[in-house]
Amino acid sequence: MSEPEVIVGIGGAAGDGTASAGNTLVLSLARQGIASYSYNAYQSVIRGGHSWLRIRFSAKKPLNHGDQVNALIALNQDSLDRHLQELQPGGIALYNGAKLAPSYDPPSKVQSCPLPIPDLAPDSTRLPVMQNTVAVGALTQLMGLSSGRLESVFEATFAKKPQVVQQNVKAARAGYEYASKNFNPLKTRLTPNDQTWAQASGNHLLAMGAALAGCKFYVAYPMSPATHVLEWFASHAQRLGICVRQVEDEISVVNMCIGANHMGVRGMCATSGGGFALMTEAIGMAGIMETPAVIINVMRAGPSTGVPTKTEQADLNQAFGASQGDFPRVVLAPTSMSDCFVTPSQAFNVADRFQLPVIILADLLLCEGSETVATEVLDVEFPIDRGELITKAAGPPDGEPYLRYKNTPSGISTRAIPGLPGHLYVAASDEHDEDGVLLSDVYTDPIRRKKMVDKRVRKMSTILKHLPAPVLEGSADAETTLLGWGSTWGVIKEAAEQLNAAGDSVNHLHVKTLIPLHIDEITATLNRGQRIVIIENNQSGQFARHLRAETGIVAHGHVRKYDGEPFEPKHIVAGVKDVIGGQEVVEVISTEPGWRTDHPTGTSGAWDGLKAKKPSVPAKN
Amino acid sequence: MASPVLVAKDYKPEVPSDWCPGCGDFGVLTALFQACADLQIQPHDLLVVSGIGCSSNLPGFIRSYGVHSIHGRALPFATGSKLANGAMTVVVTGGDGDGYGIGLNHFIQAMRRNINVTYIVMNNEIYGLTTGQVSPTSEPGMKTKTTPLGNLEGMLNPLALALASGCGYIARGFSGQPKHLVQLYKDGIQHPGFALIDVFSPCVTFNKHNSYTWFRERVYKLEEEDHEVGNFHAAMDKALEWGDRIPIGLVYRNPKPPPPLDVTDPALTGEPLVHQSYEIDGDTRRELIQEFA
Repeated sequence: MSEPEVIVGIGGAAGDGTASAGNTLVLSLARQGIASYSYNAYQSVIRGGHSWLRIRFSAKKPLNHGDQVNALIALNQDSLDRHLQELQPGGIALYNGAKLAPSYDPPSKVQSCPLPIPDLAPDSTRLPVMQNTVAVGALTQLMGLSSGRLESVFEATFAKKPQVVQQNVKAARAGYEYASKNFNPLKTRLTPNDQTWAQASGNHLLAMGAALAGCKFYVAYPMSPATHVLEWFASHAQRLGICVRQVEDEISVVNMCIGANHMGVRGMCATSGGGFALMTEAIGMAGIMETPAVIINVMRAGPSTGVPTKTEQADLNQAFGASQGDFPRVVLAPTSMSDCFVTPSQAFNVADRFQLPVIILADLLLCEGSETVATEVLDVEFPIDRGELITKAAGPPDGEPYLRYKNTPSGISTRAIPGLPGHLYVAASDEHDEDGVLLSDVYTDPIRRKKMVDKRVRKMSTILKHLPAPVLEGSADAETTLLGWGSTWGVIKEAAEQLNAAGDSVNHLHVKTLIPLHIDEITATLNRGQRIVIIENNQSGQFARHLRAETGIVAHGHVRKYDGEPFEPKHIVAGVKDVIGGQEVVEVISTEPGWRTDHPTGTSGAWDGLKAKKPSVPAKN
Repeated sequence: MASPVLVAKDYKPEVPSDWCPGCGDFGVLTALFQACADLQIQPHDLLVVSGIGCSSNLPGFIRSYGVHSIHGRALPFATGSKLANGAMTVVVTGGDGDGYGIGLNHFIQAMRRNINVTYIVMNNEIYGLTTGQVSPTSEPGMKTKTTPLGNLEGMLNPLALALASGCGYIARGFSGQPKHLVQLYKDGIQHPGFALIDVFSPCVTFNKHNSYTWFRERVYKLEEEDHEVGNFHAAMDKALEWGDRIPIGLVYRNPKPPPPLDVTDPALTGEPLVHQSYEIDGDTRRELIQEFA
């Protein structure tokens, strides 16, 4: 379990280069076998404000961003003030000593590491971002790693600008050497090894996973936090022969997507809750027309505009309720960034085989965060199942008239792509008979109306075995089962380990397939009389209600979080302990000691502000 | 194998059209049969897409592939379909409420986007299927169930809007003159880009104002005048003409039409998307992965 790890926090204003500094660090460590998980807490501004990137490094792949940082790179005074006190004992704080100084004493056993940036990187007067490179070089040294890999990243990133490579290599070396002479290295030692890692966000993995699953048409309207899916597709469209369009709104997006799928290509679209709301009418059309479509909702904190840069799992009801009427649909919630890679192929295969819309419920944490994924996990050939799709025909099937919506025992009818001789039909959003002719224009026809509703719904009776069932992790006879869905898999898994290590008895059941629900498997796991605790990233317990509706199971306790920030293991550990102690609903909140309530961009948290800290060094203005 | 010659009745399905007797949409439909026959479009190479409304029932009344989508969204659906299979002839049909009301944004965007579909709007200046409410093309002062004191709002001008939106083929027809319509359809279908044919299609049940007689007294054919169809400004003048004389016919045709989106999209330079391979080979896959390493 206790593989050495380092959690780095990089704080600065938007535009200071936190992301690129983090990316450099992540890639250089990945190239020596060290895995990472990154989460960037930021705000909806292009320049300014505060952005706080946390990266957890370990040779054993981290599944969340962890509880507390060991190493701080503060790119401005605000970041130093906010985060210095968060450091664990033994931690280090790196900052430009020529510009910044701690406003209060660091926590005990935390090493303050001012870097004389103008001396180490004279370019920095013209190019302030060079301070980031110096700090990254210094941190590399303090983590006990060689600087070679770091330099290889500069060479790759600035391949076309040798001068910039030199500039960065020089600055990184200066930081590295200065740190070796002036500071004590971190006690934790990461272990370089031969594992090869790719570092990607959930958005990129969704996009690449879809492309490798045969997606030939991608259409979207830019909306955070789903926009990077569109950007990946746009930048690979020509090379991979994928038609990629940005269009006027999400209504147009989903209708184009369904229109393309109707013709026989695999089409996908992605948005967030607000855009998904606009898509819902057409999702019902895909349902009644029995057109496959894959629609991703990268959830962010709602309702309405909500908190566009923050994460939440609160669109479950929206996905269930998308569009009027009864029709079969599938809702899948990827459980990790790596799972984002696999989910589109699963979605396309069931969409094609069962001819229905599939909604993927991801969230900001997964999709804008990034993790390292073993390259061999990505280098796989996805099975492609197009179902009963007719793509070639010279005339009608066996001389019989073609019935697009033929009433079959499975509910699945053969689907001819338009353009084939002998298979003419109308796909209608109106109720229709087996031949596609509208029923809505007849006076009344209860028999045929019921037949067609039943035909469509019957498809759901065989679909479960094609979808990932929940898996119980940990001891089968634990006293408490932690139950989660979607993006929280990694953090619940670690919380379960911590609870067990602390003497509690817990296991973990995680659900990816939300509609349909694997009722038998879930009931069999949860009906042993154990304590059930549902952990979800929303206020009202949307999954708890779903579970109760589908299985009748009422959880004993709930740990919920809806402050915009994702769960950390400590939140779940504390929440579950409170449930074990008898509390039914525990609402946890991110209250890092460094987050100030009096700061205009701060989040909630009990902190007295700087005054209470009695600065021993006066702050510079 | 040479296909037998197609005639208008080859497009007539067994299902009878169920519009009100005398509805303008019948003329729109029969003219479409003739245009398709004249162009020898195989029924299986034709996709007719509509939204919702009386006129949007049209795909059910023509022997071809059809889509009866949702209100206002025929153009996005058809755009996705055309991009997916550029080999199909795509005709979009609907009414003024569907295209100029709820679907207006898509109408403008589809013209700007220049997708190669032909858009036939059966413009009856009223909401018919919902039994007679005001439409975006209802004249000011018109009394309807929802404007009992008369329409207080202005009329949307689809032709002027189309000109301003970059549409390369803009025509207006009258379902009372179906032969004239046939030529407008044929030219529109053959135009390499988005083509609009706005058709006066009287609603005999709910619009007693804009009747066949009303139109007959006013319409005149641009082909019989000295109208320069390639002149944008002359076209705008004709588009704005409304009152005692209302022009029908080809209002504007871009003399140098830009290639449509379904040709310029880099993924669509070869065979139709639906017939392209969707497999990505192992080497390419590893290159994609390497971008993240």
